[in-house]
Amino acid sequence: MLPFTFKSSPMNPDLAKNKFLFTADSLKKKFRLSEFLSEKIITSVAFLSIAVIILIFVFVFRESLPAFKPRGKQNIEQTSSSGNKPESYGSSDSAGALQKPESYNGAEPAAAANKPETYSGAEPVSKENKPESYGSVKDTSVSAEEVNPDSEFVAKDNNNEGTLGSLFSNEWYPVSENPRYGLFPLLIGTFKVTLIAMLFAAPIAILAALFSSCFAPPWLREWIKPAIELLAGFPSVVIGFFALMVMATVLQNLFGYQTRLNSFVGGIAMALAAIPIIFTITEDALTAIPVTFTEASLALGATKWQTAVFVILPAATPGIFAAVLLGVGRVFGETMIALMATGNAALSGLNPFESVRTLAATIGAEMAEVVFGDMHYGILFLIGSLLFIFNFSINAIAEFYVKGKLVKKIQGR
Amino acid sequence: MKLKNKIIGGAITTASALSVVLIIAIIIIIIVVTVIGGKEKISWEFLTAFPRDGMMNGGIFPAIYGTALLVIIMSIAAVPFGAITAIYLSEYAHEKSWLAQTIRFAVRTLATIPSIIFGLFGLGFFVQFVGVGMDNWFLGGQLKWAQPNLLWASLTMALLTLPVVIVSVEEAIRTVPRELREASLALGATKWQTIKKVVIPGSISGIMTGTILAVSRGAGEVAPILFTGAAYSLATLPTSFSDQFMNLGYHIYVMSTQSSNVDQTLPIQFATTLVLLMLTFTLNLTAVLIRSSLRRRVK
Repeated sequence: MLPFTFKSSPMNPDLAKNKFLFTADSLKKKFRLSEFLSEKIITSVAFLSIAVIILIFVFVFRESLPAFKPRGKQNIEQTSSSGNKPESYGSSDSAGALQKPESYNGAEPAAAANKPETYSGAEPVSKENKPESYGSVKDTSVSAEEVNPDSEFVAKDNNNEGTLGSLFSNEWYPVSENPRYGLFPLLIGTFKVTLIAMLFAAPIAILAALFSSCFAPPWLREWIKPAIELLAGFPSVVIGFFALMVMATVLQNLFGYQTRLNSFVGGIAMALAAIPIIFTITEDALTAIPVTFTEASLALGATKWQTAVFVILPAATPGIFAAVLLGVGRVFGETMIALMATGNAALSGLNPFESVRTLAATIGAEMAEVVFGDMHYGILFLIGSLLFIFNFSINAIAEFYVKGKLVKKIQGR
Repeated sequence: MKLKNKIIGGAITTASALSVVLIIAIIIIIIVVTVIGGKEKISWEFLTAFPRDGMMNGGIFPAIYGTALLVIIMSIAAVPFGAITAIYLSEYAHEKSWLAQTIRFAVRTLATIPSIIFGLFGLGFFVQFVGVGMDNWFLGGQLKWAQPNLLWASLTMALLTLPVVIVSVEEAIRTVPRELREASLALGATKWQTIKKVVIPGSISGIMTGTILAVSRGAGEVAPILFTGAAYSLATLPTSFSDQFMNLGYHIYVMSTQSSNVDQTLPIQFATTLVLLMLTFTLNLTAVLIRSSLRRRVK
């Protein structure tokens, strides 16, 4: 006999006063504030990572906006001192130079807030008064950076509109009098380093993963994986330092090329950073292949290596593809190794023994020296946006396309 | 045919075994070279003294101190958020719901974003947006927070290490047996009570692993702090959030690429690298050991 009954069963209503009685109400979930709050807090915190991604997206792009303003570095400096501008244009050139330091102190904080205003207001002015404004530009630059050859200023005439256009040119001279922001050499350099790194990293890592998952006895496998994961824990600055101090010299003696730091050294160093990533993901993909595949193949009389190469590897191709993609992403965005070991000269030749400058290294090397909000600053953020988009799409491909394919393949559809 | 098979098979097996050997050899070479290069210089004095004579002599204490501060503030920011996200993903979210999958995708994307992008983000968001905003609102335009400093660098690093924490905590939560959870729920505990009393204590080792891995990552990364707070040389230790700080990795980078006398300071560079490498290596090794004991527990 159960000591309780439900209210809905109208057997004996007296029992309803019994405190051991479970009613439909008492069985309902009680509202607890702490429970409710903790659940809400946990849920909202979980959104943090999504929020961060969106914020990164928004802010890296936002800061790259100055790159799309059609004017050069000097003009932006002038617009920030917007108050005195018409005067300084009309009056003599030296006046503009003199007023500048004064107006700077006052205008700088304000300029940050009023930016859109001053831009839109100043735009027609700078276009109409172009020849005059050049005079003042010349003057300030003379006072700031010694004397420059006149030829530089001739080239400057088509500079203001052409700076963005120079994105696709072949020259990366961001700090010269006539700044040119050609991304082409940087892209070439990045792709060259990535290619070299992948040529080294991918075969080694995939073979190692194959060994670990197919050939190695279980006890050995338990050692290999953590050991290689230790390499992933090496800070990139340590790998860069090793490449810079030791590997560069050794490789130069070995191959006898001219430049000590070049895309070859950088590529191999980056391969060290990419190997653990490719290895881990490939290993996971290989071990995820169902045992039935292996057993079927072995039962049909195939040897161990035949099974590994002709059954397991093909079945895991999408996973391996994803691994290599993520390795490419890692190398593409690797900064410290590129800064330390690639020589950092923006050359666009195809010779692997030439110094190169990668996109990420450019940001790392030049960001510390730029003026906030000017063209160069914007361009560096633009490069950052490029890197971000590239990595984001690589990750998206690896995530959705490859994974779906892998699942389908294993399930035999 | 059989012989040919054997040769190919042997070649493939050997090649794959050699790759493993090669990778492990590289790890050992890097460690050995750094130890040989740096062991002369390593001493108690080196670890506890300030740099002297324009970095030519003396120790790296400010860099160690700065790195420690960085990772401590970073952990305080990253570990709770990471652990809570992991709890959400494993306890509250349905595996197949689009929300959980979006969060997972975001976490994985965060893990693959190049570290330099975090640096740019730190500069664009923390320094240029939050910092400028704080200065304008609280200090009336006085410049204090709108410049690179310890707090912004730590927060940037926290974002970078967030996925590390999330992944390892989630992995640990999975090892808490379902029966324990069900027993707790069956005894009348609410979900939150179950999480508080059963799941979190059961996954404490995972939270530890995550923290250790995050600290190791944070101590080694340089790119995010290049322009969010690291300084090459400071006369004093940082005393507040708005100070700049020295950092081991940044120290190595600047000394080896931008100092005027690279050759003379080579032993110091190697010793600094050795300190950083040993630090991250020990941390990683600890994490690996905890993790492998965890894996054994699952089996």
